[in-house]
Amino acid sequence: MSDTTTLPPTDETTDVNPVGGIDQAVGDFQYKVDYEFDAGTGLSEETVRYISSVKKEAPWILEFRLKALKTFLDKPMPTHWATTDLNNIDFSKIRYYLSQGQKPKRTWDEVPDDIKKTFERLGIPEQERKFLAGVEAQFDSEAAYSNIKDIVSKQGVIFCNSTEALREHPEIFKKFFGKVIPTGDNKFSALNSAVFSGGSFIYVPPGVKVAQPLQAYFRINAENFGQFERTLIIADEGSEVVYMEGCTAPKFSTSTLHSAVVELVALKGAKIQYITVQNWANNVFNLVTKRGVAHEDAEIKWIDCNIGSRLTMKYPGVVLKGKRARGEVISIALANDGQHQDTGAKMIHAADDTTSVIVAKSISVGQGRSTYRGQVHIPKHLKGCKNNTECDALLINSNSRTDTYPAITVRGDTHSVQHEASVSKVNEEQIFYMQQRGLTEAQAMSLAVNGFVNDLVRQFPMEYSVELKRLIDLEMEGSVG
Amino acid sequence: MSASAAPTLTPSLDSVRFATHLSQRSYLPAWWLETKKAAWNQFNALPMPSRTDETWRFSSLSSLDISGFELPEDASQHIPNLSDFPHAAEIIYSNRQLVARSAVPADLVAQGVIFAPLDEALTKHGDLVKKYFQKLPANLGSEKFVALNTAFTGTGSLLYVPKGVEITSPFVVQHTLSGANKAAFPHTIVILEDNAKATLVEFFVSADKSRHLASGVNDLHAGPGAQLTYVGAQNWSADTLAFQTNSIVAERDAKVLSLNVHLGGRQARHESHSRLLGPGAHSEMLALTVATGDHEFDQRTLQTHVSPNTTSNLLYKNALLDTAKTIFSGLIIVEPDAQKTDAYQKNRNLILSDDAEAHSLPGLEIQANDVRCSHGSTSSRIEPEQEFYLQARGIKPEAAKQMLIFAFFEEVLNKLENEALHKSLSTLIESKFKK
Repeated sequence: MSDTTTLPPTDETTDVNPVGGIDQAVGDFQYKVDYEFDAGTGLSEETVRYISSVKKEAPWILEFRLKALKTFLDKPMPTHWATTDLNNIDFSKIRYYLSQGQKPKRTWDEVPDDIKKTFERLGIPEQERKFLAGVEAQFDSEAAYSNIKDIVSKQGVIFCNSTEALREHPEIFKKFFGKVIPTGDNKFSALNSAVFSGGSFIYVPPGVKVAQPLQAYFRINAENFGQFERTLIIADEGSEVVYMEGCTAPKFSTSTLHSAVVELVALKGAKIQYITVQNWANNVFNLVTKRGVAHEDAEIKWIDCNIGSRLTMKYPGVVLKGKRARGEVISIALANDGQHQDTGAKMIHAADDTTSVIVAKSISVGQGRSTYRGQVHIPKHLKGCKNNTECDALLINSNSRTDTYPAITVRGDTHSVQHEASVSKVNEEQIFYMQQRGLTEAQAMSLAVNGFVNDLVRQFPMEYSVELKRLIDLEMEGSVG
Repeated sequence: MSASAAPTLTPSLDSVRFATHLSQRSYLPAWWLETKKAAWNQFNALPMPSRTDETWRFSSLSSLDISGFELPEDASQHIPNLSDFPHAAEIIYSNRQLVARSAVPADLVAQGVIFAPLDEALTKHGDLVKKYFQKLPANLGSEKFVALNTAFTGTGSLLYVPKGVEITSPFVVQHTLSGANKAAFPHTIVILEDNAKATLVEFFVSADKSRHLASGVNDLHAGPGAQLTYVGAQNWSADTLAFQTNSIVAERDAKVLSLNVHLGGRQARHESHSRLLGPGAHSEMLALTVATGDHEFDQRTLQTHVSPNTTSNLLYKNALLDTAKTIFSGLIIVEPDAQKTDAYQKNRNLILSDDAEAHSLPGLEIQANDVRCSHGSTSSRIEPEQEFYLQARGIKPEAAKQMLIFAFFEEVLNKLENEALHKSLSTLIESKFKK
């Protein structure tokens, strides 16, 4: 706590191609902190027991964690379909749990000037800037946080972190915890289940419509930057909630692995909208499992935007469990040099008259690689299911790369399933037209790319869409010529 | 023959059988026998497809039983006649025996055209076969079954058309199987030199309802400016396990059209890989499948764009009835140098039964930016409005349904220039519905 200095970015990140004169690695600064609780490096039963004891968890949670650890160790890397870059993760060098115990006290003045400039360029609101810079201690934002908390808690909404939720509301959360995404779903969900900490737990009572979006950064705890957060949102019958998690600016990345599990449960007639803007530093493996279960007449919508990280593998899914349930995934990915955005969606139809929509747009810049991977599954004995999938990829440079790997299974003769994908480059005539009107090639390119994703970005809340546009501008600078 | 003299209770394609097969072919070139030996070793070394093989995703693996089959020794009495359209020449095999062969017209022979059974091609034109035989294999997952084909192939054909020779009348090859547990391993090589033009139509049929195994392989090569049309139609018995692996190569400005019609087989896997090697090359990849009963049709394709300014277009249509299952897994690869590629891929599944199951995996891997690539996949039923329209005009429901199914296929068949061939294939497809 006493010794706070800014460390220079690591060699690995400085190699990343500077975009528009701004070295992206600029966000990868970190503070030196003495942690009160530190599980050390490497993963063993000891690590898991340590985490569980620090959190003073109930025995069933420890048991859950230990079982998950075994599953994680038993499961092979899924490199028979996924990129072999996964083999570069060294699980023995990762710190699985760090906590200061007490909240850090920092001020905006301590943030390096160049970071402030980056935030300025991105047009991020000051309140958020402070949070993103890691200076937002709990008491600093208490006011804003309490406001939201007061309003929602009056409606009976529970909004807290996972540790607190499992301790104080086991009767609600235990029932759904780990049910949407079973521990053994994949290697990384198992890892998360073993070492999870942080993340939001939300319960919205029947009929309650939460007016304001609940945002991750208003929820303050010591584990803000936990790399294995676990989020569970339960929307009871007829309720509505919008949740936003954002890292809309370069983020601290003290580690190379982020593996979250997010589970959503929309009970009869409920609506959940989950918005993510991911902008991890370019040395982070971002391997996230996100899935929701939509019961009768319920609706789950994922808006997923991936700009940062070295490798992201994330396929938000919806299990359409009840009649007339609706699932939607809106996905935007931007892959620059050294990045692989392997994103997509998963729609599992499990009831009659269910509908799913997937719209994915990706942009590959420089040597960036973006991949759409999707699954649509309509098993037997269902009637009247519909899916519509659209994937569009935009390639900016001659060495940019994009892949599309959908898998569609349809059984029965009463369904309608459509998948369409296209790949193209920026229209030269458009660029020429804009240059004729005085824009530089780079400006024209930015405008064209923003135009490409515009119909999706419009679905974002205002401040997020503004930031996203600026982020794209930033990424596009230096990509032409 | 010696093999039939040995009393074997469980017939199988084992090392003893392979040794016999090889010894019966000692008159063929040494390189060929070596190739066969290497293939036999490869076949034994390669594992059967497993759950983690992405190239076999959604395929039924437990039913890939290749044991208990034997090479037939006697030709069948009954040989279906499928080439009811005008053709240049014909080669007909029944149970590995060359049972009929029509002479190539003298004017074509004079121009250097070769159309010969595989054994004859190996004896007389060994160097030509060697130059093209499996030089660019499909590599789409069936390597083990391709190796089995190379080890045991004896039936097949070579079509060679020299520079500038254009032939409109198709060449026909037919492979027939009959009798229980019989296997066929046809290998077809088509070589079109610069600016040549030719059509090869190949039929694969069972003459009875027995259990059969077939593993066919093709090397189709279109030289610069050549125009190659290949039609492969299979109507194996309902108890046949069939593999067919096609490798298509199109050089500069070459145009290849391949159409595969799948009607039979308990489990039929078809792999087709088009390589566009020179600027201006085009590959049109078409397929029609009528999936009935509890049969499985597994189609895997790859369009590899190696050179700039190349185009390809894939259209695979499946009609699914009963409890049938289809898998379409296609991929377009645009290599880094293949700028100005124009590539399309479309899979349409017409699901006509509540228990039929269609899997579709249309994929893209694009490494160049100045390209136009798209793919689409739809799985749906017959439009009720269309059925209603026909019924309102007095057409019985069953007939209306059939008309709409044929209309669904017509988009593909229309791409054939040869009208007689088009009609003949339509009739073949219709026969599937008359059972």
